[in-house]
Amino acid sequence: MTDAPTASAADGVLRTNDGVPLKITLRRVTRRQRLIALALVMPLFAFIMVTFVGPIGMMLFRAVDNPVLQEQIPRTVALLNETWDGESAPDEAVFAVLAEEMIQLYKVREVAKVGIRLNYEQSGLRSLITQTARTVARRGEPPWMETFIAIDERWGEPETWGIIQQASPRYTLSFFLAALDLRYDWQGNIVEQPEREQIYVMMFGRTLWISGLVTALCLVLGFPVAHLLATLPMRQSNILMILVLLPFWTSLLVRTTSWIVLLQTEGVINDVLVWIGLIADENRAQMIYNQFGTIIAMTHILLPFMVLPIYSVMRTISPSHMRAARSLGATPFRAFREVYVPQTLPGVGAGSILVFILSIGYYITPALVGGRTGQLISNFIAYHMQKSLNWGLAAALGALLLAGVLVLYWLYNRLIGIDKMKFG
Amino acid sequence: MSTLPPYASPLERLWFYAFRVLCGLILFFLIMPILVIVPLSFNAEPYFTFTQGMLNLDSEAYSLRWYRDIIENEQWLHSIKNSFIVAISATILATSLGTLAALGLSRAHMPARTLFMGLLISPMIVPLIITAAGMYFFYSDIGLAQTLPGIILAHTALGTPFVVITVTATLSGFDTNLIRASSSLGATPTYTFFNITMPLILPGMISGGLFAFITSFDEVVVVLFLAGFEERTIPRQMWAGIREQISPTILAVATLLICVSVVLLMTLELLRRRGERLRGLTPS
Repeated sequence: MTDAPTASAADGVLRTNDGVPLKITLRRVTRRQRLIALALVMPLFAFIMVTFVGPIGMMLFRAVDNPVLQEQIPRTVALLNETWDGESAPDEAVFAVLAEEMIQLYKVREVAKVGIRLNYEQSGLRSLITQTARTVARRGEPPWMETFIAIDERWGEPETWGIIQQASPRYTLSFFLAALDLRYDWQGNIVEQPEREQIYVMMFGRTLWISGLVTALCLVLGFPVAHLLATLPMRQSNILMILVLLPFWTSLLVRTTSWIVLLQTEGVINDVLVWIGLIADENRAQMIYNQFGTIIAMTHILLPFMVLPIYSVMRTISPSHMRAARSLGATPFRAFREVYVPQTLPGVGAGSILVFILSIGYYITPALVGGRTGQLISNFIAYHMQKSLNWGLAAALGALLLAGVLVLYWLYNRLIGIDKMKFG
Repeated sequence: MSTLPPYASPLERLWFYAFRVLCGLILFFLIMPILVIVPLSFNAEPYFTFTQGMLNLDSEAYSLRWYRDIIENEQWLHSIKNSFIVAISATILATSLGTLAALGLSRAHMPARTLFMGLLISPMIVPLIITAAGMYFFYSDIGLAQTLPGIILAHTALGTPFVVITVTATLSGFDTNLIRASSSLGATPTYTFFNITMPLILPGMISGGLFAFITSFDEVVVVLFLAGFEERTIPRQMWAGIREQISPTILAVATLLICVSVVLLMTLELLRRRGERLRGLTPS
């Protein structure tokens, strides 16, 4: 690279001092540069792939992974698929194999797994399975069909067997269906869940609605503040900026705590309202542990994420544009609407998408101040991860949420560019 | 709009002042919840509201008992220690990995830059609950769940996007001729990095590092999934306190955390001023 190119007399190709054509040398150097750049990125890339992207991918895989029946009662499942006509109870042979496998499972105390898996498809099957297995293992004898039906009539109905068949494939869409309030019926058709079990579509709807509302509130509150900060002289705006940045840097839990302190029935705001006589002491307003509390606290926490991008765009708008519009006869309102606002749109877009992305994945604040009506989809994912242990459903809900976030992320990248993201 | 022009009509005058009042109210909404915590943490009574004595500025109504509570409580001290161990380790790891990656991403010949950038920033975008769920299975499988190293690695992943973004931004104003000059004078790449590049991008590294620090210091969702009782951090302890039995000790901890954020904010502001001053001296 340090050698100066010299023209070779023979073929007119530019060569370096050691006789290699310049083009080849250049290609070599470029490749080396590219490798160096990659080598610098590689440690973090590998780290993120191994500890972040990989684990999340593996977790989301649980949404379609369905090993339980294939592992626990493989022969029953195989025989059922081969011989059953789907119209009445299956043959004695199927009952016999199931009895054998159930006795085996009962001995190693694994029956519950099958019961739990089938219960996701239809409630009540868990107790059917465990009860049947217990009875069969203790005092069951052929003919198995009669024994089973004697234990519970449901074994004689094709619905029960249909559900076992639907739950048996190695990979399934049933968790995704459940996440959309749908399910397979025993014949394999996709149908709606019973009405009282339909919650997730409503939860997604509520999450979108609250996120949209919080984004709109942040925009309404953030736009004027950003405008003020951008038009004040530097010295004053730097001081006011602290009022935006301090909340931004303060712990999420601290801010959530302070809203609990402010909004609870014995809290500061209720005290003030009682003191000025707006409400009576005995009917203090319930402002927390409901949707209202979630919305207020989330708006407060996310407001800086709206103010900062809008501010940095407004800072670059020259005040002479507004003056020019005024001098050409526009009213202040028209000048503002047609000259100023269009120029702020990149900042408004960046702030809105950012706030929306952050709020649809919100977990902490709704969990602490949301009560029953302020829970979002993340809270249900946490519930299925930690309490109900239905990891397949948690993964399916997570996959849908993540898909939504990634679409918004892509949109953000298209409109603004991720490398334009800045803080502070 | 910082001052009223002399030709302003009465309506404009009215709007000018109304607008300032409106902005004042919004700024009040932003800062009031943070300020209200501080005096309440000195409450002598176990209440979350101002007692009559506090309003009368009665010195009896104020006390340091909730701060004493923190110092005397084994659990709080332990979680404070954990928080600092985790946050400092995660910051060091995230800053080193993130700076290296930013140096690569800023090179002219970096292939598939947008793709890499998108992937490396994704920990900031993916909802924390999904991250936490994924990490829960992963760290359990490799035996790092309920250990501090597991939490440190998890927080490193969450902190790196901030370092990548701030250092890349700093490098966008970086004159690569300086590196060429240094090499042409015979410096090795390592020497050039530590003596030429690093001093110039240090503000970006520090502010990225501060972001990584506060991300880890403030993080609770991943900790909820990964930490056992022994690995509780300050936010985890606060979470438990708010959920189970909210005592004013939490307000005292919150006040201390506000002090931490004030210190961080001031550090960043000093860095920013220094940057502006340097830019003023050497116009690009």
